Amino acid sequence: MNWIADLWRSFIGWLAESTEPVYNWFDGLLAFLPRIPFGDWIESLVDWMKNTEFIANRFNDLRDFIAFISTDIFLSFFQLIPPIIFILILTAVSFWFTRKKRAYGLPVLVFFGLLLIESVNYWNDMLLTLSLVLTATLISIVVGIPLGIWMGKSNRVQQIVTPILDFMQTMPAFVYLLPAVAFFSIGMVPGVVASVIFAMPPTVRLTNLGIRQVPTEMIEASDSFGSTSLQKLFKVQLPMAKTTIMAGVNQTIMLALSMVVIAAMIGTDGLGRQIYFAVSRNDLAMGFEAGICLVILAIILDRLTQAFNLNKMK
Amino acid sequence: MAKLKIENLTKVFGKRPKQALKMLEQKKTKEEILNDTGMTIGVNQASFEVEEGEIFVIMGLSGSGKSTLVRLLNRLIEPTGGNVWIDGENLAQMNDKQLREVRRKKMSMVFQKFGLFPFRTILQNVEYGLEIQGKDKGNRKEQALKSLALVGLKGYEEQYPDQLSGGMQQRVGLARALANDPDILLMDEAFSALDPLIRKDMQDELLDLQEKMKKTIVFITHDLDEALRIGDRIMIMKDGAVVQVGTPEDILTHPADDYVERFVEDVDRSKVFTAQNVMIRPETINLEKDGPRVALQRMRDASISSIFVTRRNRELVGIVHADEVSKAVKENEKNIRTLVKNEVPTVSLDTPINDLFELSSTASIPIAVVDENRRLNGIIIRSKVLAALSGSEVNSHELDS
Repeated sequence: MNWIADLWRSFIGWLAESTEPVYNWFDGLLAFLPRIPFGDWIESLVDWMKNTEFIANRFNDLRDFIAFISTDIFLSFFQLIPPIIFILILTAVSFWFTRKKRAYGLPVLVFFGLLLIESVNYWNDMLLTLSLVLTATLISIVVGIPLGIWMGKSNRVQQIVTPILDFMQTMPAFVYLLPAVAFFSIGMVPGVVASVIFAMPPTVRLTNLGIRQVPTEMIEASDSFGSTSLQKLFKVQLPMAKTTIMAGVNQTIMLALSMVVIAAMIGTDGLGRQIYFAVSRNDLAMGFEAGICLVILAIILDRLTQAFNLNKMK
Repeated sequence: MAKLKIENLTKVFGKRPKQALKMLEQKKTKEEILNDTGMTIGVNQASFEVEEGEIFVIMGLSGSGKSTLVRLLNRLIEPTGGNVWIDGENLAQMNDKQLREVRRKKMSMVFQKFGLFPFRTILQNVEYGLEIQGKDKGNRKEQALKSLALVGLKGYEEQYPDQLSGGMQQRVGLARALANDPDILLMDEAFSALDPLIRKDMQDELLDLQEKMKKTIVFITHDLDEALRIGDRIMIMKDGAVVQVGTPEDILTHPADDYVERFVEDVDRSKVFTAQNVMIRPETINLEKDGPRVALQRMRDASISSIFVTRRNRELVGIVHADEVSKAVKENEKNIRTLVKNEVPTVSLDTPINDLFELSSTASIPIAVVDENRRLNGIIIRSKVLAALSGSEVNSHELDS
């Protein structure tokens, strides 16, 4: 095989050498192009926002609010419950959701999975991660569903919001960490903010899709009886779109979970931080323990939301 | 005074409807406007009146603008021009609030594909119109139950739409429309999605209901038979324009132009009507399940002297006669198989009425109508064939017995 690679390399070398004048001539055509420092522009915009008292104060309010929800409401509450009670409650809930199908895999998984997390002493880290994910999901729902409804009702809004959602999802999540730190310092809150930006789009998109997929005849039926547009929304469109919207929420939860390791880089505590430490110390045992705990949490959240969704569909 | 008065009602689909409206006033045709501007004329200056308490059928082929027209009547589609007068008020000029009021109180609509809400029970579906008016629960339920009873769906209140057959779903659609007690019913191809026999049952039922209720009904269809059967007056549309308005008799005897004439010349009854137009619902017994006693009981109930025998999947097996069955009952015979006569005259669904006439005049028992899988779809009795040939209505009400 090696002789083929050698032959190819010498061919490419010869080609590069012989076409160099042509390449240089074309390159000269762009010589006038200055460097466009849009990175600097964004940086000065962020600096300006940070230094403008009014805007900075609003960001502080937002930080306090998110900290209140994630730490004081979710985390403090979860920490009040002894692990064994927590495990039993979740097992009972999953049993309730799946009772009609008589499939007992989920309660078994919940019970033993959570027991495993407790046994490797990652219970508190799991609670931190759970609080982060639930806060990010809650904010995504509160912002995302109304936005999705608005998109579903207006083509203009859809045209504007779709590229923004594309941007939010394709921009590497690491990049969000920088402005998140700039505005919200370090810890849980910037982690939540970065997770929301990355995880919200599916909820918005699928709400929009769900609203748009309602059959025309049902919309016409609703209109023909003299519904106001709010009645139409709450009595026809949202009930019809419910499963689609829930699929979006499920995706949002999964994406928020996938952000926890990245968020650990800016000091967000939890399972993600343990994994991040394990990687930086090259500690394979610790990495797998924390990683598997994260997987267990992910599977439980995924199956629970899906079971909840199916349970609701009579 | 007419209940509904429609003047110059026009719908243009496209970017500059005003321009197209002007071109229409200059007597340009639909094609010219499409070629010059790319705009489509949905409904072209339709004017007509609907009298109180009549069934007014709007009939046309697909693309003739009839479904658009009916949606202009309750403004599910906004008219480009023209007026819709309801009890002297112009619907086309109403604001949203007035329009909602009319939709809630005066007119409701029945849809081709039913438009039921799958997440609501039958009762909740029928209650929908009352619910959005803010009627209280007890009142709502009472009216909805009354309306369900009217269409013969008592006992199905707690089912969901997907648990019901097509015909029953459309009854729910009808009940939902009636629950508001509107003056005007708009029915958009309401029976087109149903099987032929069910469809005929529904037509009969609508006529029965209309006897009692005396609503003003605007009924859209593409089916001339249906139009002739249920319409007090018929309006024929072509390319978005009204071609002719008249009673069924008028339309058949004095077609306004070639287009209508071509429509109705097919209604040479003996040629056009086939077995499925004149067949009636058969009394049957099930070979696998029913014995002589059941057979005898059914024949007695229906006052007939012979009854068809089918398998569970409706496949025709043969016929049994009353005298033989009653003998078997006296001898306490439990099995009916030995009594079944397999020679039964059968015809297919599309056998023309002319051929049926000859067959039925010689046959002593009813003729069975079977499909390609030999499933029994209906039976032909002589009086029905005669009635159809003589031009009186096809498939009359006795069918229910």
